[in-house]
Amino acid sequence: MPQFNEMYQGDQTRPPYAGLEAWMKAMPADLRIQKQAEAEALFRRIGITFAVYGEGGDPDRLIPFDMFPRVFTHSEWAKLDRGIKQRARALNAFLTDVYGRGEIIRAGRIPANLVYQNEAYERAVAGFVPPKGVYSHIVGIDIVRTGPTDFFVLEDNCRTPSGVSYMLESREMMMRMFPDLFRENRIEPVDRYHEALRRTLMSVAPAKCQGEPTVVILTPGHFNSAYYEHSFLADLMGVELVEGADLFVDGEFVYMRTTEGPKRVDVIYRRIDDAFLDPLCFRPDSMLGVPGLMDVYRSGGVSICSAPGAGVADDKAVYTYVPEMIRFYLGEEPILQNVPTWKCAGEEDLKYVLDKLPELVVKEVHGSGGYGMLVGPKSSKEEIETFRHKILKDPSNYIAQPTLSLSTTPTFVEEGVAPRHVDLRPYCLVGERIELVPGGLTRVALREGSLVVNSSQGGGVKDTWVLAE
Amino acid sequence: MLSRTADNLYWIARYMERAETLARLLEVGARMSLLPTAQGFRNEWESILNATGQIGAFQKKYDSFAQRNIESFLFFDRDNPSSIASCITAARENGRIVRTALTGQVWDALNTAFQELRQIERTPRSQLELSRLTDWTTKHTAMLRGAIDATLLRNDGYDFLNLGFALERADATARIIDVKYYVLLPRAGVIGAGAENDQWSMLLRALNLNRAFHWAYGGELTAQKIAHFLILNPACPRALMTCGQEIDTALTHLAKLYGRETEAQHLAQGLLQGLNASSPEAIFDEGLHDFLTRFIREIAALAGAVHDSYLSGDM
Repeated sequence: MPQFNEMYQGDQTRPPYAGLEAWMKAMPADLRIQKQAEAEALFRRIGITFAVYGEGGDPDRLIPFDMFPRVFTHSEWAKLDRGIKQRARALNAFLTDVYGRGEIIRAGRIPANLVYQNEAYERAVAGFVPPKGVYSHIVGIDIVRTGPTDFFVLEDNCRTPSGVSYMLESREMMMRMFPDLFRENRIEPVDRYHEALRRTLMSVAPAKCQGEPTVVILTPGHFNSAYYEHSFLADLMGVELVEGADLFVDGEFVYMRTTEGPKRVDVIYRRIDDAFLDPLCFRPDSMLGVPGLMDVYRSGGVSICSAPGAGVADDKAVYTYVPEMIRFYLGEEPILQNVPTWKCAGEEDLKYVLDKLPELVVKEVHGSGGYGMLVGPKSSKEEIETFRHKILKDPSNYIAQPTLSLSTTPTFVEEGVAPRHVDLRPYCLVGERIELVPGGLTRVALREGSLVVNSSQGGGVKDTWVLAE
Repeated sequence: MLSRTADNLYWIARYMERAETLARLLEVGARMSLLPTAQGFRNEWESILNATGQIGAFQKKYDSFAQRNIESFLFFDRDNPSSIASCITAARENGRIVRTALTGQVWDALNTAFQELRQIERTPRSQLELSRLTDWTTKHTAMLRGAIDATLLRNDGYDFLNLGFALERADATARIIDVKYYVLLPRAGVIGAGAENDQWSMLLRALNLNRAFHWAYGGELTAQKIAHFLILNPACPRALMTCGQEIDTALTHLAKLYGRETEAQHLAQGLLQGLNASSPEAIFDEGLHDFLTRFIREIAALAGAVHDSYLSGDM
């Protein structure tokens, strides 16, 4: 399969990477190893670690950091910027619609059962319009590249996409270790992300809020794998990081317990799932949530970001309809393409998928983190047969996509520099305005030939550059 | 500040102070075990365990007071929630939770201690001299205090840290004296060389105060002087009086900051007034053991009031 190398076209170096060529060549192996060790020590001291679900082992594992940056030109990014914002607008329009009149369903553009029977559809918020009509305030859109102008959206993350701390810390690390690179290349900064996030959250304060809204981040707690990120963002924004037990409902409002007594909370950026938000409304056994929270939410006493129910837009089966949403709500053609997707729920698609299993990537509709998926070309015959049985047991739980030839970028490996596959997750902010910092999280599959970039599956991260005009 | 954040800060300080107390006790126990007696060598380990209040838990798991067992139990044992390893891990975990309320340097002090602890745990025990372990512990507790004093905002978080340090230290000092209270019973005249003198030295050494004592008092060791030094002298960094003053300072600052007084302030003022009105004679009249028991109870009540007033959020 031909692979697009983002740095080299034959013997030619592509222009965005011109500034890195000399840097790479001038770096002797011992300096590289020393810098890499320096970076690792810094990450560990700062405390950026990532616990991996279900693997046990070291809870303080570091995400591998690759020092070789990934680069976009200004014009490449301009297209991505428009495409990402377009998608974020359409996804929010869809959410407002399906919790309201459901026009897109009445128009027959998306099947009703796919929405209303969806596990992520929250009946509890039907008919309620959140402030500014925004459901998903931070939209993480996973994008892969296959050619000079070919970008595909792999999936949307409308609930609480994580990883933005790695985008910010990777940049910090690079600026600290290689300041010259930033003098020689004109690189758009990403460090206004936290201000934009704060502005976004404050812009969706609830109807009953008077004066400056109090924003908090709600975390499941310090055992959560993304806890570092939660505390990092709280610190950058200067807001409290709370757990469910720190909050309580009294009458029409939500309060946090402080050393000076109860303090009212207006906007909750939650990093816990819907199911755990409020034991009175969702899972009764949840210890992470706040009893009565949903009543306050529905009566305009507090805003929850992302809004409960936002998950119905990022379901992998709903994903296939996003181009349709863009046409329906915005009257535009999609700037970023979807990956062609077969839904195993349909008989014809299922037949095709089962026929072509060795060539396809098959994913669970609700899965995430690279778990429970099959990468056909990288799997043994037995693995494929085992997976075939899993699909047949519950076809509607699976979708399949062609194995995309993900682009590669040069990456530091043991032997020196070698191409490795990458993807991109930018973080689009939606509030009163739509904002996108020029950059994102580039994840890299560190194992040779591997296409799985998830940090839980041995992926690493890189700094992502957008060159200034 | 979130009540939970205050609680985490308070416990960072308590755990680190507890680790330091244990290191000092280990150090003095090892020192005493080198002193010859008629039967061979002294064994102070039992009274060291008494001071930690953990002798029951120890005897359930270990069959003798051998130094290696004591080291295992007081330094390494993760089943012992008060071992140095457990304390440092818990302090660092509390720090991780409130990472944003700490400066980089304070976090660094906690995290470095934890990372090094994990290296120590991977090192063969034969290469780990006790003195290396205790020096390592006191070095890190000192680094934490230094980082706090040098870099942390003087806000309510600082007060909760100081409350934690002072309350833990008051409790530890009182318990350490109590273990040896019988050697401090006043007798006629000066006590010369002999077993008691060693015991008194041990007491001062456990508190890292033997040299300070001689600078402050000079002359012969007497029970009155030692009691005055460890209980009532505000120049002594571990004296109950000093701890009481630090508790009072932190609570007064909090009351001013929040514009309200709570039960905690009243109890702290009562405690301090009691110490101010006291004298070695009065303490020996009451009975040293009774005095210390009452003091430990008052400190516990004060810690309870701090919890109810600030840390639980149930006002």
